[in-house]
Amino acid sequence: MLLVELRKLVVRPRTWVTIALLAGLPTLVAVLLKVTGIGPRPGQGPAFLAQVLSNGALFPAAALALVLPVFLPVAVAVVAGDAIAGEASAGTLRYLLTRPVGRTRLLVVKLAVTMVFVFLAVVVVAAVAFAVGTSLFEVKPLPSISGGPPIAAPDASWRMAVTVGYVAWSMLGVAAVGLFASTVTDSPLAAALGSLAALVTSQVLDLLDAAAALKPYLPTHYWLAFVDLFRTPVLWHDVSRGVAIQGVYIAVFLAAAWANFATKDVTS
Amino acid sequence: MTLAIATHGLTKRYGRVLAVEDLDLEVHEGDLFGFLGPNGSGKTSTVRMLLGLVFATSGRVELLGRPVPRAVRAVLPQVGALVEGPGFYPHLSGRANLALLDQAGPGGPWRDRRHRIGQALERVGLAGGGRRPVRAYSSGMRQRLGLAAALLRAPRLLVLDEPTNGLDPQGMREVRDLLVELVRGGATVFLSSHLLAEVELICSRAAIIHQGRLVAQAPVGELLAPTGRVLVATPDPAAAADLAATLPGLRVDERHEDRLLVHLDGVAPEVLNRRLVEGGVRVRELVPERPTLEERFLELTREGPRAPG
Repeated sequence: MLLVELRKLVVRPRTWVTIALLAGLPTLVAVLLKVTGIGPRPGQGPAFLAQVLSNGALFPAAALALVLPVFLPVAVAVVAGDAIAGEASAGTLRYLLTRPVGRTRLLVVKLAVTMVFVFLAVVVVAAVAFAVGTSLFEVKPLPSISGGPPIAAPDASWRMAVTVGYVAWSMLGVAAVGLFASTVTDSPLAAALGSLAALVTSQVLDLLDAAAALKPYLPTHYWLAFVDLFRTPVLWHDVSRGVAIQGVYIAVFLAAAWANFATKDVTS
Repeated sequence: MTLAIATHGLTKRYGRVLAVEDLDLEVHEGDLFGFLGPNGSGKTSTVRMLLGLVFATSGRVELLGRPVPRAVRAVLPQVGALVEGPGFYPHLSGRANLALLDQAGPGGPWRDRRHRIGQALERVGLAGGGRRPVRAYSSGMRQRLGLAAALLRAPRLLVLDEPTNGLDPQGMREVRDLLVELVRGGATVFLSSHLLAEVELICSRAAIIHQGRLVAQAPVGELLAPTGRVLVATPDPAAAADLAATLPGLRVDERHEDRLLVHLDGVAPEVLNRRLVEGGVRVRELVPERPTLEERFLELTREGPRAPG
């Protein structure tokens, strides 16, 4: 079953177009930086971007910071929202369930495939950014953003790996919300919109001083905390809080998706 | 003999709407069973409950002797289904769609998958096609592909909802022949349809559902049993009517130029025939009247629901 779903993901043109677009945005940014030589002033603009001009090795982290707030979650919400609702609207859900594929199993496999997509997207973005960054800009050892000695290469690579894992975990939260929405409606568009509405709400509240009390519990609040992984010593506080909060959202929405789907009348 | 499908007091309520009420179906193994009802009578809800897609509000379903939805994992691999039209991934070919579906669940060995797909496509008359993306299929071809998907694992029971939808008369006939052939090969077919002629032509037993309730369930021959009237064609209708009236209980219901419709009230048609012939009436034709399924259907569904007989 997992193989079947992976094959569906792989043979679908949409998957590759989305990933190409995701990798395209940081590439475009890198080319613009290179051509104009104008970077954001230090401390302004997207994370890491100011330093990229002088050190291409930082570009993967900068690229993730570029796609993380909007682009990546939109892609994940679309894929996750399509998981069940897409089958329903294509009329294939009833044939999968009468094949029979257990409902819980279908949900788990859909989640796994969404995660494969997230990983693929994050890794491709990071890899393309690394290739683009190192070929366009000078490469130096990674500087620590909190000052101090540069980060050595082996050290830098585990930090990068943890970053990819952290971003993927954050996106799993989006995937859980999308999957839940996908079991509620038979329209993939509505499911994607529903989960995006939740994210936009969270991001708007995160900017609002009146919502200060809520901020530490918002799903998007700690998304960019992976920046702390490039400090020496690493600041784990926000990252670990982010992992925990995201874990709660993932558990709650996956449970809700399962409870809804397992007891739902499939009338599509 | 085990029942291929049995439902007991099956009821489905959507909010305040009662879609299916207290339905008792009995489909024997080897039946070609027609399930008839007007649009919105609860046919599709019933089919979905049989397959475990929709959960019954109350009542029980047994498929091949096993409870549904509890035992769907064990029973559905032996069931082929076509529910409310086929459903395929439009960007993939027919073959790729069938392969994905077959691979998704249990009970379909991969070794002979290609062979089974080829065979199923051949049975539904798609042998040559199957390589183009489904997007490019006509609705008739999609319908055939849906049937091929249902046939893929040589199921013991086929649950088919409107399988001839979208087919031309030639295609309809081919599908009817296919169903008859499958039943001859030992399968059971549950055919949900609103095409009465289709059911009349091929089904051995039928149930009629109206507003969610069963109004009849019997062998098709019984549903189409003689009405107890005979049609008499004669060039002497006046004399025939007079003679018929002399037999006890007989009544002329209708009288046309050269034919009479006589209500027999239990008297054998041959008794009437003898009386007419002995009375000098020239009888051209004397036929016990049989309703068409359409007439029975309209009669039953017009009366509204009543307890099954």
